[in-house]
Amino acid sequence: MAKFKGAIVVDTEKCKGCGLCVVSCPTKVIELARDVNGKGYHYAHMANPDACIGCSSCGLVCPDTVITVYRMKAS
Amino acid sequence: MTATTELKNIISEENKVYGKTSVLLDNEMHYCPGCTHGVIHKAIAEVIEDMDIQEETIGVSPVGCSVLAYNYLDIDWQQAAHGRAPALATATTRLMPEKYVFTYQGDGDLASIGCAEIMHACNRGENIVVFFVNNGIYGMTGGQMAPTTLEGQVTATSPYGRDCQTTGFPMKISEMVSLLPGTRYVTRESAETAGAVRKLKKAVKKAFANTRENKGLSFIEIVGTCSSGWKQTPVQSNEWMKEHMFPYYPLGTLKDE
Repeated sequence: MAKFKGAIVVDTEKCKGCGLCVVSCPTKVIELARDVNGKGYHYAHMANPDACIGCSSCGLVCPDTVITVYRMKAS
Repeated sequence: MTATTELKNIISEENKVYGKTSVLLDNEMHYCPGCTHGVIHKAIAEVIEDMDIQEETIGVSPVGCSVLAYNYLDIDWQQAAHGRAPALATATTRLMPEKYVFTYQGDGDLASIGCAEIMHACNRGENIVVFFVNNGIYGMTGGQMAPTTLEGQVTATSPYGRDCQTTGFPMKISEMVSLLPGTRYVTRESAETAGAVRKLKKAVKKAFANTRENKGLSFIEIVGTCSSGWKQTPVQSNEWMKEHMFPYYPLGTLKDE
């Protein structure tokens, strides 16, 4: 059981769907959505929210800074 | 507790560990998906926020994709003629020695047309920071061959791969400037993983600290990607960079005095 629970919020309209966050995630939380945003990009979203540990790797590698990361101690 | 209520509990202001810094403006970046420029802009912005030097920083933007950097970082900016950013930064830092002056240049700007300016600025040891983004290609103009293009690399103007017999060899600018006595800190970084971004931020912090202590020129080369120019996806181009760029442009600090 992970000590920390995390969550990310993606600004889906600004996401360009480059997929760098998908490969940077150590717990494979993020996937590109089937849907597209207003610009036609498959935006990133949390496909597997339970696995997120809030490490902020995705936020660091995101070129458009659309990811906000939250983390709290697991109860 | 259901999954949605649990997520709602986590997503609150006191649990926020990473988000957009206030130094970055809300404008949407014009860069292609996965462009390294975005990561480097962010790293510089976060360091400026950490060091609390937003009011004292002046950037000089180049000609190239990053010409519009002044739309993204909330600091003072100037825009230089092609390759002349170090000359403009020299004037700025001499007139306002208390400011943190940096240039942000690509490889077409710095290594090709601005080669003389950067060499002489490094030789004079001006008190500035130089960010040199090396992606081995002219990104903005359509992926032509740059001085840093690798041997055999296919670009718009070298469709059969770069032939070093006729076009010379890829230039190792960081190695060249590290030999000049004016430079104090020369390093080569990358920005493809979270670890690399953290290392880059450390280097940026050190470079601005050198400026504060009036130590001389700090030169940070960042090996980056140009997925549009390389005709690959962002994830593929990161792999290509690790496989081909890193052996020729090895990462690490070349000079730290």
